[in-house]
Amino acid sequence: MTIRLTTAAAAIALIFTANGALGADKPTDPQIAHIAYTAGVLDIEAAKQAIATSKNKAVVEFAETMVRDHEAVNSQALDLVKKLNVTPEDNDTSKALSQAAETKRQELAKLSGAEFDKAYVEHEVAYHKQVNGALETLLIPAAQNGELKSLLETGLKLFQGHQQHAEHVATELK
Amino acid sequence: MLPARSAVLTLFLGAAAVAAPSRAETIEVTVDRLVYTPAEIVAKVGDEVEWVNKDALIHTATIKGGADVPLPAKKSGRLLLQEAGSFDYICRYHPNMKGHITVRP
Repeated sequence: MTIRLTTAAAAIALIFTANGALGADKPTDPQIAHIAYTAGVLDIEAAKQAIATSKNKAVVEFAETMVRDHEAVNSQALDLVKKLNVTPEDNDTSKALSQAAETKRQELAKLSGAEFDKAYVEHEVAYHKQVNGALETLLIPAAQNGELKSLLETGLKLFQGHQQHAEHVATELK
Repeated sequence: MLPARSAVLTLFLGAAAVAAPSRAETIEVTVDRLVYTPAEIVAKVGDEVEWVNKDALIHTATIKGGADVPLPAKKSGRLLLQEAGSFDYICRYHPNMKGHITVRP
């Protein structure tokens, strides 16, 4: 958890430094699209790991909702970037997110049963909290295109719902 | 046979028109960005609720121990209110989405 949160903080800090070097103070739309899409893909992968590992009904149902919802949002995002003729641009934030997710995946792979469930759901709470924070304070304010901004705002509402859902499942597991 | 049936239908429609004030209604609830609007509705037995899902996500309107109305992405779902009472409902996939229906006799 500590490792992941540190990496996440570093990822967010990178948004500033990378752009600071370019003389701008915020990510561009192609970068924002890439970060948001990556964040979704990573959560889908985590959910698939949970579906394959967990035997807990509430955990599996939560994970299935993550797959269903993030796939729906990402398919909307793909439609939008196509329509806007924007090519999502890989960046250090996306890379750091992917790296943190891979570390977590390996960590979770060593666990099973109630230990896995607890670790996965707690991670989901923290992950959504982190992504929502980034959406609220960085990505949404920085988005230039109105439709991209609106999709991110919809995403924020959804992910806040996911966070509450994860918090609820976490309470049930205690 | 056919003319007789139309006559009955006409009569029935005529009666319904006269009794308009108590006719069953459809109450529309919008689902947008994971929110039911209006979140609270008051209806009477025989009315229908129609949830119009504007999200690109699958939702439900699920009454605990009762009806479970699927609301596919960008589609609607309906429920005929058959009994009076006070009902909380949620989305099974997004349990933080909450709504309430008061059904009067």
